[in-house]
Amino acid sequence: MSIHASNIRKTFGAFTALDGVDLNVPRGKLVALLGPSGSGKTTLLRIIAGLEHADPGSGQIQFHGEDVTNVPAGERKVGFVFQHYALFRHMTVLENIAFGLRVRRRRDRPPADEITDRVHRLLKLVQLEGLDARYPSQLSGGQRQRVALARALAVEPKVLLLDEPFGALDAKVRKELRRWLRRFHDEIQLTTLFVTHDQEEALEIADEVVIMNQAKVEQVGTPQEVYDKPASPFVYQFLGNVNVLRGQVPEQVGVHQSRSATLIANGVVYVRPHDIELSPDVPGAAGAVAVIRYVHVAGPQARLSVELVQTRENVEAEISRTELTALGLGVGDLVRLRLRQSHSFDDDYAI
Amino acid sequence: MTFAATLPRPPRRVLPGFGLSLGFTLAYLGLIVLIPLSAAFLKTAGMSWDEFVTAVASPRVLASYRLSFLASLAAGMVNMFFGLIVSWVLVRYTFPGRRIVDALVDLPFALPTAVAGIALTAIYSKNGWVGRWLEPHGIKVAFTELGVFVALTFIGLPFVVRTLQPVLLELEPEIEEAAASLGANRWDAITRVILPELFPALLTGFALAFARALGEYGSVVFISGNMPMRTEITPLLIITKLEQYDYRGATAIAVVMLVASFSMLLLINLLQKWSRRHHRI
Repeated sequence: MSIHASNIRKTFGAFTALDGVDLNVPRGKLVALLGPSGSGKTTLLRIIAGLEHADPGSGQIQFHGEDVTNVPAGERKVGFVFQHYALFRHMTVLENIAFGLRVRRRRDRPPADEITDRVHRLLKLVQLEGLDARYPSQLSGGQRQRVALARALAVEPKVLLLDEPFGALDAKVRKELRRWLRRFHDEIQLTTLFVTHDQEEALEIADEVVIMNQAKVEQVGTPQEVYDKPASPFVYQFLGNVNVLRGQVPEQVGVHQSRSATLIANGVVYVRPHDIELSPDVPGAAGAVAVIRYVHVAGPQARLSVELVQTRENVEAEISRTELTALGLGVGDLVRLRLRQSHSFDDDYAI
Repeated sequence: MTFAATLPRPPRRVLPGFGLSLGFTLAYLGLIVLIPLSAAFLKTAGMSWDEFVTAVASPRVLASYRLSFLASLAAGMVNMFFGLIVSWVLVRYTFPGRRIVDALVDLPFALPTAVAGIALTAIYSKNGWVGRWLEPHGIKVAFTELGVFVALTFIGLPFVVRTLQPVLLELEPEIEEAAASLGANRWDAITRVILPELFPALLTGFALAFARALGEYGSVVFISGNMPMRTEITPLLIITKLEQYDYRGATAIAVVMLVASFSMLLLINLLQKWSRRHHRI
């Protein structure tokens, strides 16, 4: 079932959490709501789930074209997974997952043995077979999150909403679990919207990314679209490391995709560290002259901090370690710097 | 190899002082709690079995056990119920005067119990503010068993509220939202999710209020009227015996009370342990 939200407005006192936001989640897709904390993404998710209500007079929430704005949370057929799992501590895993079925009115409630069957099928689906008698306190964070997911799926929701599903997990488990979620989604094909502040997470697993900032949607697109063609300086900065060259950008630095020529000389230029090309400073070489200040070589890439001689601006560059060895560069050496790709924005503002 | 080297060394702790503080705890408990209590047992041990039975099982004493335990149980139960509501309101909602209401809860702690007893008697007697309205309906509070129950409820209220408040504060609102989004109605959310989470704390509050009510003397003697066989509580009988220089009789009743309340508290503790079984790791 698709989700469609239009012109959603929400204020908390003087604070505007959502300022006329539109959102579309196509049927069967995995969509990420990405933004920094305080951007309104969780509020939007909670409004879609019916856990919170938009301001009176603001727009509609539709599921598959049907207006659910005033439908209570329990009747929206939504599976909601909370950041801190919100498992019922006094219930076993089985009881937790069965909860949504057991609270149904008698005529809608499946028979007890069918509930148990369904719980076991779900446990198998989330790869937690054999843990049905455990209490949440006996599980690891990743296991709890999967129990929360199974509990949400038990009521056969039409859409799945996840609030920072991996936020409380440690880095390694987070990576494993998000890849697992992607495969899981491909298997069950349920329309899924998840909130995250981790751009890597959003770009890695989502079909589509909705980037929010300051109560508004900044950009919507596939991970590749938003990464390669950011619509605003905010998106550019938010989606990865970036160098912001504010001073006079030397014209000789290289290719430029700016929209007007004056920007090259006067505007702010954004460039990703991996789009910077370094070469030894030999007479007649192209590019701006810079001095290497630091070299960090932990990890697959070498990160270099270089200072442009002309403007004294610091630039972070990332090159492969083999390339660094081939260049034979070290701290204090002079290099020539060129930009493979960079961005400028016409209506730029300071961030 | 020396013998000492083969002994397992006690694990080094970052925070020293375990031995000292444990020693202090035991000495303190012994001095303040165990020695006075064992004195009661020793004194009683000097009685013959027949003397003991006569002292603790005379009809008047039996009637006082009945009143003391039943009224304390009832007061504990009522406090458990209303204390839950009070603490829920104090934790979950903000309203003008919340802090004042919060402070009011502690009043039964702070008030000298005799003052509470006199005040309750004045209010609930035939001409009192409340008693005046109850009397025509045939409800007598002052100088009846009901009065005893009212006084015990009054003094027990803070225990339940103060035990529940921190637990309620810690209870994530998300679990209610989770229940709601899974289709549970408000009643199911309360009975299946919230109350089970609160149950251990509720039991603790109940046990404290109950234990306090059992030992209460000051407020009850004013409102109960102290009629033999009807409104005498056990602590009153102990005092009466003391006033008649029947020290052994007094300690004998005290021992019975002690054993009875200790076993009830133990029972409540076991129940609590069972209700917290999901906390095992």
